[in-house]
Amino acid sequence: MPKVDFSDYQISGFYDEMFKDVSDVRPSYELFKRSLESLSLKKLSLLQHSTDRAQLSMGMTFNVYSDNQGVERILPLDIIPRIVSGADWDTLSKALQQRIVALNLFIDDIYNDQKVLKDKIIPKELVLSSASYLKECIGLKPPQNVWSHISGTDLIRGGDGKFYVLEDNLRCPSGVSYMLENREILKRTFPEMFEKLHVRPVHDYSHYLRDMLESLTTVDKPNIVVLTPGIYNSAYFEHAYLAQQMGAELAEGRDLVVQDDFVYMMTTKGLQKVDVIYRRVDDEFIDPSVFNKDSLLGTPGLFKAYLKGNVVLVNAPGAGVADDKAVYAYIPRLIKYYLGEEALIPNIKTYICAESQDCKYVLENISQLVVKQSDGSGGYGMLIGPHSTKKEQDEFVIKIKNNPRNYIAQPMINLSRVPTLCDNTIEGRHVDLRPYVLYGKDIKVIPGALTRVALKKGSLVVNSSQGGGSKDTWVLDS
Amino acid sequence: MLSRIADTMYWMNRYLERAENYARFMDVNFNLSLESAPDAVQQWKPLVMITGDWPLYESLYENVEKEKVIYFLGFDPQNPNSLYNSICNARENARAIRPEITKEVWEQINYLYYFVKEGLEKKRWQEKDPRLFFKTVKEGCQLLYGILAISISRNDGWHFGKIGQLIERADKTSRVLDVKYHILLSTPQAVGTPFDLSQWAALLKSVSAYDMYRKKHGKLTPLKISEFLILDKVFPRSMYFCLIEAEKSLKAITGNETGFTNSAEKQLGKLKAELEFADINDIFEGGLHEYVDGFQKKLNEVSVAVYESFFSNTNNQVPIQNQNQ
Repeated sequence: MPKVDFSDYQISGFYDEMFKDVSDVRPSYELFKRSLESLSLKKLSLLQHSTDRAQLSMGMTFNVYSDNQGVERILPLDIIPRIVSGADWDTLSKALQQRIVALNLFIDDIYNDQKVLKDKIIPKELVLSSASYLKECIGLKPPQNVWSHISGTDLIRGGDGKFYVLEDNLRCPSGVSYMLENREILKRTFPEMFEKLHVRPVHDYSHYLRDMLESLTTVDKPNIVVLTPGIYNSAYFEHAYLAQQMGAELAEGRDLVVQDDFVYMMTTKGLQKVDVIYRRVDDEFIDPSVFNKDSLLGTPGLFKAYLKGNVVLVNAPGAGVADDKAVYAYIPRLIKYYLGEEALIPNIKTYICAESQDCKYVLENISQLVVKQSDGSGGYGMLIGPHSTKKEQDEFVIKIKNNPRNYIAQPMINLSRVPTLCDNTIEGRHVDLRPYVLYGKDIKVIPGALTRVALKKGSLVVNSSQGGGSKDTWVLDS
Repeated sequence: MLSRIADTMYWMNRYLERAENYARFMDVNFNLSLESAPDAVQQWKPLVMITGDWPLYESLYENVEKEKVIYFLGFDPQNPNSLYNSICNARENARAIRPEITKEVWEQINYLYYFVKEGLEKKRWQEKDPRLFFKTVKEGCQLLYGILAISISRNDGWHFGKIGQLIERADKTSRVLDVKYHILLSTPQAVGTPFDLSQWAALLKSVSAYDMYRKKHGKLTPLKISEFLILDKVFPRSMYFCLIEAEKSLKAITGNETGFTNSAEKQLGKLKAELEFADINDIFEGGLHEYVDGFQKKLNEVSVAVYESFFSNTNNQVPIQNQNQ
């Protein structure tokens, strides 16, 4: 039976997380590679197979938006982990802390003094025209002046080996349950490697999350609720998982009711007051009396209860103004403005179609650029120029001309690759990295992440809705 | 606990109990069909009758055939009460109350779901002997009862689940008892024959009562069998026993010891008392079928009262003081 063998492995000119070149493995992967090579390829396939089974039996499934209701998918977990050296991680961790502090100062400024606009660091129209800017939040002071307590930032490593921020997720970042459950599965797949490699643990995330949520209220023994859109939401597994791990109630909008500006949940014994809501529902569906009058979802009166300080919403409504993809382009300048520091992780060069110079450049070079919707997420509504047809490009040209504010463009980055098991052979596949940050009294960057992997050969789109999978991310001690 | 969650807990348990009962019915009836009259109508129609879904069956299928009935009760996605749908519903409910149950419970429900889904895809009803499928489902459900029993705290959620399970169980036992009525309608000449005896035995087996009945009464007689299934004080699937246990769970939830504090306690208490003082001879005199029919109606009223007292929130719009339970 042939053993696992990397001698035919192709790096193909990309940055490979495991190999400097085919004969030269990076130090963080040395031990892992040796252990892997002691396994037969068949054994590796069997391990992968039992991982797939484990995911099904754990019910780690989600519904895809464009599919018919009831179609369940798993986010395939590739068993070859993405390993991050301790040194790389410590740099990233500092950079993420810097970024989240600056972003929160920015959000707070936008809804209060707007100094950053008066000082013309970022164009006023650009910020105030963001779909995620909520004028209802003007003057708001959330607990500890933090607006985005729970965030997940998408990082990538480019061909030059440097990390870049691809985008910020300050509203309802998902995927943390996969970080946690992937780890549980891989601990069963490769128990001996965990012992030898000193992988930093991630399991206390839920504990920190609860701690952080409790710290946001003065109520003793607060009632905490995870608010979910319901079982047909693609991230429902995660909502249920986090509620369960924290010992919180998992509620839907219809379970809550507001009386005299306090929020209650409907229980079998009457109404019970709710103190903190970790909401996994978008801003516009929180409260139909304020944000979306036609919506049947949400709880009327919730936002007013929040403004009065009778309930805490996490993350704060309106926080999305800072993860607008056009605002993103200004973040290095915002870090400088608020903290007087240079950004520790760079941005990717971004062209803002709302600005005429940039827009002209984008329209002329669309076949070379990645075009994204400025309020989009999930890999929907984007164009990857070099991989697109002329027809698709022409469609985007029209879209951009009709609504330039809604689009930004970036050069195509060749994301780094990690060896991945594909039909019984090991091939490089492109990955990104989403670490999770909790921001309450202090900032916690959990030493782990969701590594998303584009399983389709050559693909650069890692989103779960577009054929992406995941990998466990091992952050080493050193 | 959240009313919606309590409601879901109640139904998850009802669906599991329903699935397990259906699996047992199919297994037993298949066995019976091997050694008795070859007439498929006599053999399989009563099974559909007792589930209450005969009108639906008639609208979907032209005639009664073994394979069709097995498909209809076991797999048919068009039959809302089919074993397949019950397991799917139980799993959807489990998903909605994931934080209330344990990983082990969830994983076992998931296992069952994938098992019946595969059964539908692989057309198990066409197999010469589909008993292994039903036996596996039955055992899967029973394993789940065990996991629930050893891993779930006896909180309100547990008790709402128990009430759902016990109401479903009492209902199913009463329906099985009624099967005799439907069989007799088609074969009145068979009373007292060996065929009749093996039917009574099958009836007991359908509710896992054969061994315990034998131990208590030895001989198979219609009167004693009916008494055992309706009024026995210690057999866990008798209608009376189910009501005793359901009432215990209800009282654990309300904390009330005597009388009633809501319509659920009132309806359940009344029905339990009715059986407590019932005499099997009186029941036979009035007609077993009529009695069972009346029981099912009253049991349904209990279910409605549970919904109105705890799940619908029409009576519960007052904030609780000093909570944090």
